[in-house]
Amino acid sequence: MTKRHDKPMNLEAIRSRLASARGEEYWRCLEELADAEELEEFVARRCLPGQPSLGRDPLSRRRFLALMAASLGLAGLTGCILQPPTETIVPYVRAPEEMILGKPLFFATTMTLGGDAVGLLVESHEGRPTKVEGNPLHPASSGATDALAQASVLCLYDPDRSQTVLFRGQIRAWDDALEAIATGVAAQREKQGAGLRLLTETVTSPTLGSQIQKLLELHPRAKWHQYEPAGRDMAYRGRHIAPDLLPGEDVDTHYRFDRAERILSLDADFLATGPGHLRYARDFTAGRRLSAGSSKAERKGLNRLYMVQSTPTITGAKADHLWPLPASRIEAFARAVAVRLDRQFRARAPSDFSEIPAVVLDEIAADLGAVGDSSLVIAGEEQPPAVHALAHAMNHLLDNVGQTVIYTDPIEARPEDQIASLGQLVEDMHRGLVDMLVILGGNPVFTAPADFRFGDRLLAKTSSGKSKVPLRIHLSQYVDETSARCDWHLPETHYLEMWSDARAYDGTASIVQPLVAPLYAGKCAHEVLAALAGEPQRPGYDLVRSHWRRVWEKERLAQPGAGAAERDFLSLRDFGSLTEAEREDAFARFWRTALHDGIVAGTALAPKTVSLRKDWAERLGVGEAPAQSVGITSSATSAARQEPRPPGAASDTLEIVFRPDPTLFDGRFANNGWLQELPKPLTRLTWGNAALMSPATAKRLGLASEPSGHGGEHGEAMVDVVELRYRGATLEAPILPIPGQPDDTVTLHLGHGRTMAGSVGNGVGASAYLLRTSTAPWFDAGVEIRKTGKQYPLACVQYHHSMAGREPVLTGTVHEDDEGRRSIAIHRKPSAPEVRMPSVSLYPEGEHPYNAGYKWGMAIDLTACTGCGACVAACQAENNSPVVGKEQVLRGREMHWIRVDRYYEGPSENPKTFFQPVPCMQCENAPCELVCPVAATAHSAEGLNDMVYNRCVGTRYCSNNCPYKVRRFNFLQFADCATPSLKLMRNPDVTVRSRGVMEKCTYCVQRITEARIRADKEADQQRRPTIRDGEIVTACQAACPAEAIVFGDLNDPESRVSKWKALEAGGAALNYALLAELNTRPRTTYLAALRNPNLKIT
Amino acid sequence: MAQGTGQPELDVQASRAAADPMAVVAPGHTLASVSDKIGSIVLTQRTPRTWWVGFAIAFALVMLLNYAITWLLVIGVGIWGINVPIAWGFAIVNFVWWIGIGHAGTLISAILLLLHQKWRTSINRFAEAMTLFAVACAGMFPLLHLGRPWFFYWLLPYPNTMLLWPQWRSPLIWDVFAVMTYFTVSLVFWYVGLIPDLATMRDRAGRGGRVVYGVLAMGWRGAAEHWRRYESLYLLLAGLATPLVVSVHTVVSFDFSIAILPGWHSTIFPPYFVAGAIFSGFAMVLSIAIPVRAFYKLEDFITLRHLQNMAKITLVTGLMVAYGYLMEAFMAWYSGDLFEQYSQTNRMLGPYAWTYWLLIACNVVTPQLLWSNYVRSSPWILLPIALIINLGMWTERYVIVVVSLHRDFLPSSWGMYHGTQWDWMTLVGSIGLFLCLFILFIRFLPMISMSEVRKLVTEEGRHSCSPEDGRHSCLPEESRHSCLPEEGTRSSPPDEKGNSQ
Repeated sequence: MTKRHDKPMNLEAIRSRLASARGEEYWRCLEELADAEELEEFVARRCLPGQPSLGRDPLSRRRFLALMAASLGLAGLTGCILQPPTETIVPYVRAPEEMILGKPLFFATTMTLGGDAVGLLVESHEGRPTKVEGNPLHPASSGATDALAQASVLCLYDPDRSQTVLFRGQIRAWDDALEAIATGVAAQREKQGAGLRLLTETVTSPTLGSQIQKLLELHPRAKWHQYEPAGRDMAYRGRHIAPDLLPGEDVDTHYRFDRAERILSLDADFLATGPGHLRYARDFTAGRRLSAGSSKAERKGLNRLYMVQSTPTITGAKADHLWPLPASRIEAFARAVAVRLDRQFRARAPSDFSEIPAVVLDEIAADLGAVGDSSLVIAGEEQPPAVHALAHAMNHLLDNVGQTVIYTDPIEARPEDQIASLGQLVEDMHRGLVDMLVILGGNPVFTAPADFRFGDRLLAKTSSGKSKVPLRIHLSQYVDETSARCDWHLPETHYLEMWSDARAYDGTASIVQPLVAPLYAGKCAHEVLAALAGEPQRPGYDLVRSHWRRVWEKERLAQPGAGAAERDFLSLRDFGSLTEAEREDAFARFWRTALHDGIVAGTALAPKTVSLRKDWAERLGVGEAPAQSVGITSSATSAARQEPRPPGAASDTLEIVFRPDPTLFDGRFANNGWLQELPKPLTRLTWGNAALMSPATAKRLGLASEPSGHGGEHGEAMVDVVELRYRGATLEAPILPIPGQPDDTVTLHLGHGRTMAGSVGNGVGASAYLLRTSTAPWFDAGVEIRKTGKQYPLACVQYHHSMAGREPVLTGTVHEDDEGRRSIAIHRKPSAPEVRMPSVSLYPEGEHPYNAGYKWGMAIDLTACTGCGACVAACQAENNSPVVGKEQVLRGREMHWIRVDRYYEGPSENPKTFFQPVPCMQCENAPCELVCPVAATAHSAEGLNDMVYNRCVGTRYCSNNCPYKVRRFNFLQFADCATPSLKLMRNPDVTVRSRGVMEKCTYCVQRITEARIRADKEADQQRRPTIRDGEIVTACQAACPAEAIVFGDLNDPESRVSKWKALEAGGAALNYALLAELNTRPRTTYLAALRNPNLKIT
Repeated sequence: MAQGTGQPELDVQASRAAADPMAVVAPGHTLASVSDKIGSIVLTQRTPRTWWVGFAIAFALVMLLNYAITWLLVIGVGIWGINVPIAWGFAIVNFVWWIGIGHAGTLISAILLLLHQKWRTSINRFAEAMTLFAVACAGMFPLLHLGRPWFFYWLLPYPNTMLLWPQWRSPLIWDVFAVMTYFTVSLVFWYVGLIPDLATMRDRAGRGGRVVYGVLAMGWRGAAEHWRRYESLYLLLAGLATPLVVSVHTVVSFDFSIAILPGWHSTIFPPYFVAGAIFSGFAMVLSIAIPVRAFYKLEDFITLRHLQNMAKITLVTGLMVAYGYLMEAFMAWYSGDLFEQYSQTNRMLGPYAWTYWLLIACNVVTPQLLWSNYVRSSPWILLPIALIINLGMWTERYVIVVVSLHRDFLPSSWGMYHGTQWDWMTLVGSIGLFLCLFILFIRFLPMISMSEVRKLVTEEGRHSCSPEDGRHSCLPEESRHSCLPEEGTRSSPPDEKGNSQ
């Protein structure tokens, strides 16, 4: 048997044996072949590359294990086919030839959400993308990411992703689909594409835009529709009211929060959603940072945020002054402020706004006006066009345009009113004008306004029984609700496995480069469009690269010598005189730079000068109801459609507010377990949504104003279920009373209640889309609420609101007088123990001095923290934290190593909200260590509280004795070790924990170790002595858009973390340790949560 | 065999016992009648049908326990209701409860022996057995509650290639030693006390039993030398066991008081736990003694005096426990510590307030009935009181473990805990295991120490010795044995037992 192992594999023998087989011998030969050792070896080697060949002993342990591995590998069809894409992709920091097994490479790529691009650096371990980081060079990221980007890796490896082409549920080959497309397109050719319709999500990809353009040129009568459920239609409509635009012209607005000193947010959740929110969060928090390294804060005053909001948001939680208002009253508020800025407008729009005292409004207007051009008024995407128009007007009145408000050309390939666009499509479908509908991405059957009845229209039949839309093609990552109603389902590639490009909020274009060849042989939108345009075999790489080649060449011909990367090369000669080969060479440099940097340099759109319409005041005057209803009126829309009622008309009905979900967005992430289990910032809900209402409203409606039943605290919140009735549609949803929600309003988050999301997302939550109509996509009065008497358990990881007389979050206020002198008042309760990091020990001081070597520590700035939860998702991705599911969260067993606690202070109608991220405190005097019977948790010489999983027997005493309750226990086998594709996702530097083992935050010890190895190696080469400050970035720190977390060596007085901890401002020390009175001496400390209120407003 | 003669005699004695409630042994007993009555339960009486019913129920509960444990080992401790922050639940509650119950036996055997409390003799045997079975039930829980129970031996200091020892600062390690020592000493003490009785059983048993009891009796012949060694060993073991009574629950209380958790971190815990343990132990002895005494008609040996005395001890320890509760509340207030104060208020008024008030009702209010002499001498009132105290002591541990954990320092991590069906199955199953072992014990071993009762009878009956009953009952049975010419032969027939041959 061993002899056989040594023998080389003889494929020739097999082949010749096969060749010699003839006629009747054939069957016999095949049997013989099956026994042939060569074949067996061949099969074994193909399935297990790099494995030694198998013995033939059926009882051999080795053979058994190998077969197990092979079958697992084949089960997901991933074990054998995982490889980098065939085209050249460029790593960010290290060249491929330096690739060392075990050393990750980072590649720049781009993720888009609703068309908005965020540049990323993705960590790749031997070809497996495992972790997403922000790209510091990308303007929309500046190194930060949000939770959605962090969790997108899980989408890539989701075993529920669509893996094959389907024709009416039957598996088909890709070529069959191409043939169907070709036939469909050929039929359209004579009609100039009159029956061809293309439905996409918002397109900001220059390549895709030009491809569609080309297709439309090919089929002039074909139509392209865009629909994005959480789209920006209101902003689109709003900027056609007040700003002075030429007909057909459009602009985009972005904001410079780094320049803004006074901000008025009209229900705009700019820290959490919308294009550029990561950058805005960074700039906004930098403008209110007292911590070291912020020169901006020293030059100017701290920024101040006034906000009105229709439902609690994280932006509202950071506001210095906040007023909850029903969504329908925001416009009146905006008007009331606008009339105080402009005398002319005051005459036209007498204010009927009384919810906020006039003196306060006067003060807001005065404060906005007092800072010259450094104020900023920003309207929420969900607000009606008039509010956007008022924001434009106010920014003009305050001279903010060009300073804090930047107008550019639109970043979208074709901006349009998408609800109107989809309405047009539905109308055409209804009239039988659509022969071939190609849906590229998106899930309109689930997300389209209910009155469009899009799903029904897709399947509608004419009176003769023929389908009204005969050919329906859907490209999608999942076989979802829309796929089920289409003839053809084409599997779409994930952004980590395809070539594309996209524009960021300021227009900066970046290339989407794949990190891995498609796991399931999907195709991207570019390739499907190419097929529509008659080029079925063109790969996405070719399409994207050739687009940029054209753009590049055009630009270089216009401006020879432009571009930094290829300047040396080009400055020698005029571009026009270069040969084709030289041009190709120059372009290769350009391309390589763009891929490497993750941005295409110089593509940010130039600021435009946009003035206010002369007649803006008339157009926005009261009583003219500007462009409120751009919805379509036709037979296609539902009969249930009614005129919107005047707000607050009927006292027995409530105003309903729709919002994209903080973690599931519009529902596309419904099958992502990380995002389902990520507690939503304010409600702290996981696994589902609830109808949010104020406790007072709940009480008025006879509903429980606090969760009752078993839970009510950590885990299960038993709440009432209500039936919402709105325009003939009904929806059952659990309610969650939440402080800060305006009375008589109810908020529903979109994206829940999927029926075909996959095994994770099906049936989780209630679908708000069932109530959402085209005329009132974001809010409307007139929802009736009926008690059902039922109760429902919500998985809420923290229902408890208050700090219960304790001071986990130390709060304070900043006061700056007119000369810019700053004083800070820290609010300490009189009862609070005035203990500042006591150093009481029975042991002689110096027992554990930690003054040699590194002394790792962390500081978290609660003034900066926006509570977005990116750190939680980043930690989960970095540290292989398992998803436990709703049942386990209900029992209080979620496994996040870092949690973001949320506390309220003040009245429940309008409380102050505070966020506090709590990772392991890495106590020097750790209570957990003392009680572990087997020394499974112990202190390292650098002061880390290490957890030795292998040694843990699971007494859980450490968790009981941890005053911060940051330890997490594997009560069951939470880690999924069975699904092959999920194995690829894991960070190989971090252990996957088994059942019965305690775990907790390690300060990303794998990153510390990696830095130490690197530093030691370089120290050996006499290059440097130690790890430099900032060299180790923990996963939570890296993701944080607000830069609220800093990590480093406390023995280095120059490190950022040391400076933060030593920070004293305005005569007050800001640094404090959580539960310092317990003498645990935590290494993680907090900077007090400061606000900068206007003292003239009480 | 003695079936015919045993019953009426017992009835007579029962009435005699009732006549003198303060007697430790009913008057009129002779050395032979003591051995007859006690030994007959094991050797000669037919196993009553009710015994089989009781055994069947208990055995079914053991099977339930088996099922719960099997599923636990297959799936993990996640089948229980524990979570973060309440990482300890029923398992630890049950552990502390059973350990507490296991205190009475050794206290009765050892401390009361040292204090020359003669009345202990007729209850010490089954109290000790109860201790062993309770500690066995208790010992099961720390192992089962481990996340990875198959590595339980890592808590032991055994030589290993990684040179790893347990972490000696953890009270859980102290616990391992305390419980193991206690179990070992209790077992040895119990066994040593059994040897003379085992010899009696050997001498009276049939062919099969003779071998088993004979091996267990380890060649006991009742020689004076045997008795000398036996007495000194028994006294030594009593001396050894006495500090253990105090130490075990002290160490168990360290599991809590070493922690920094408000509600756990308290210096009163050691004495308060010990008092609580004795309290619950005596309640359990009462709960078992009263039915068994009635069932097997043992009123002669377990007299009202015993019940009275046990009730008194229960009352005293109950008052100590009440003092503990009072001091906990006082110290929480007096400390001025926000967390301590909140912890106490939360116990009284929080979501688990009912458990606190239940424990006060069971452990503080109910025992006050024991001030009444009438109550103390009414077995059928004592029994429900004892059962209520057992429930109360379980609730006390629930309050300490769960209610302290559920709201500690940071309001964000506060949570709730509810035992699942598996928790309840394990608790009920452990009671089943305890009962099953006990039912087997009373069937196969003399549940009352014959040798000690005989000694008592001798001492009590010295003045009422009647030569006409034809048996030399004035002398202790064994000392008379030792005078016999056949001394030294293992098979010497017990001459006072003509009917046993």
